[in-house]
Amino acid sequence: MPIDPLRRKLLGGFACAGAGAAILPCCLGRAALAASEGAGMALKPVADGVYALRGADELMSEANDGAIANLGLVVGDEAAAVIDSGGSLVEARAFIAAFEKVTARPVRYLVNTHMHPDHVFGNAAFRALGATIVGHRNLPRALEARGAFYLQNFREQIGDALMKGVEIVPPTLLVDERLELDLGGRVLELRAWKPAHTDNDLTVLDRATRTFFAGDLVFMDSLPTLDGSLLGWLSQMDGLAALDAARAVPGHGPVPADWPAALQPERRYFEALARDLRKAIAGGVPMAEAVKTAGRGERDKWALFDAYNERNATAAFAELEWE
Amino acid sequence: MQKQDLRTWRFVLPVASGLAVALLAGGTICGLSGPAMAQQTQASSDRIWDGLKGDVFGDKAIQDDGGLVRIEAPKRAQDAALVPVDISIDPAKAPDGVKALTLIIDVNPSPVAATFRIGDDAGITHLATRVRVNDYSYLRVIAETPDGALHMNKVFVKASGGCSAPAVKNMDEAQKTMGQMKLREFAGEAGKEPEMQLMIRHPNNSGLQRDPLTQYFIPAHFIQDLSISQGDRPILSMEGGISISEDPNFRFDFKAHGNDEIRVKATDTEGKVFQGHWPLETAGL
Repeated sequence: MPIDPLRRKLLGGFACAGAGAAILPCCLGRAALAASEGAGMALKPVADGVYALRGADELMSEANDGAIANLGLVVGDEAAAVIDSGGSLVEARAFIAAFEKVTARPVRYLVNTHMHPDHVFGNAAFRALGATIVGHRNLPRALEARGAFYLQNFREQIGDALMKGVEIVPPTLLVDERLELDLGGRVLELRAWKPAHTDNDLTVLDRATRTFFAGDLVFMDSLPTLDGSLLGWLSQMDGLAALDAARAVPGHGPVPADWPAALQPERRYFEALARDLRKAIAGGVPMAEAVKTAGRGERDKWALFDAYNERNATAAFAELEWE
Repeated sequence: MQKQDLRTWRFVLPVASGLAVALLAGGTICGLSGPAMAQQTQASSDRIWDGLKGDVFGDKAIQDDGGLVRIEAPKRAQDAALVPVDISIDPAKAPDGVKALTLIIDVNPSPVAATFRIGDDAGITHLATRVRVNDYSYLRVIAETPDGALHMNKVFVKASGGCSAPAVKNMDEAQKTMGQMKLREFAGEAGKEPEMQLMIRHPNNSGLQRDPLTQYFIPAHFIQDLSISQGDRPILSMEGGISISEDPNFRFDFKAHGNDEIRVKATDTEGKVFQGHWPLETAGL
């Protein structure tokens, strides 16, 4: 989600400055990680043969290597699948080094849950491993439309060094509605959703452990960003909640999370935002004024609220005024 | 004839030259944005305007607004593809009204965002819309009074990528709903005229995006002409370009005369015509 660069830098800077004095390595960023590559990046076991890497609740920055989204790994008898490639090649390679410690099986698939840079900027590292890249049927179109903008815009945000080698690598295996991926004795159920977070949201359910990789259809702790359809997202909440999952790995937030309780915080936020905006629209309040107050009651409950709430409100206002 | 030529320059040539810049830049979507170029400043935005104004207004003098017209926008845009802009006219300073309002965004590939013509007895003193802003830029409004004088006010907005960031979040939906219109009317605040809000579903493509399958640039496709009238009485018309946001949206006050219905006609660059009409009384006045 692009926001204007100066603000991004400021916000990214704050995250670092706050911890800076006490925990200097935060600000050493890439160098520190490179020195401890693999060792510094520990995979969290989520269920039998299922692992995740927890992203930071921050904006992508040079200091965090772009590692803000949760990444996943599922290991079958023959092969492994990775869910999302991370926000830079540095992050992707560190992730690969970390999971090579838990499995020697080849990565057969990389599943991209949607188009955003924190989930796809590491794709080239997995192409190099020979993985088939899998995405929603709308993902190639979305990457084509936005890819050049992402490459240009994020260079400003995370710096030349971290952008090195980053390419927009589109999926070659597309999911229309549903698709099963066989890892040998282990089946992943992929599902393409209607426009919600974006118009190319894809989720992964590991049938064996009932672990649900929700991608950015689920945000916890970090404020959700809206780049698709608020009404679409809300209307698919019940369908998401009804999935037969024991736990979830959200796109952002704690790993693992209880299911379907993991949906509650974002549902509350979206309902508050929609309620405030509908009231403003009915009362004839102009967009510029309405977005300043809509959803404010949620401010204390989320990281990155000030970075994204007004932007979400702007997009949601434009959508809801057509109701 | 001369007016036609001017219009052609304003809306077609800037789009074409923006495209050429984009092509030369080897795939950079929007020629004027991005880290390769230094961010525009107030001074550099003014310089762009100095080079531009002769092409738009000829050698006519443009005076300071003197409070006659005012443009407002957020100092920092939340979404560069959807920046709210508010133009107001002070009736005390413009007792004979204003004939036309030209909205300029200095740094955009097509800097003339729109020219609005106001009906003689429409009584418009306030007009709000939403625009794409491609980089830090002044947004300018030039008001033309019936005596032909031009009055300018400007506001500096920090935004980036409004033209190159694809605004359409839901591409399939945008195609399905194109041309839908919605009209809302609001009672005016105490002592003020009622307000009308016109919304049109249209992607208003910038012409700076490529088709994923063919790799060719998708032609610019936007609402080019718009007219709003009460019966046969013109209230507001617009010649617009790619800087008007997706789903063009206009809100303005106006003086109703009699009970004739509100009629809207919009024409896009593919020649598609979208029309709507709404009875005045059911619109909630």
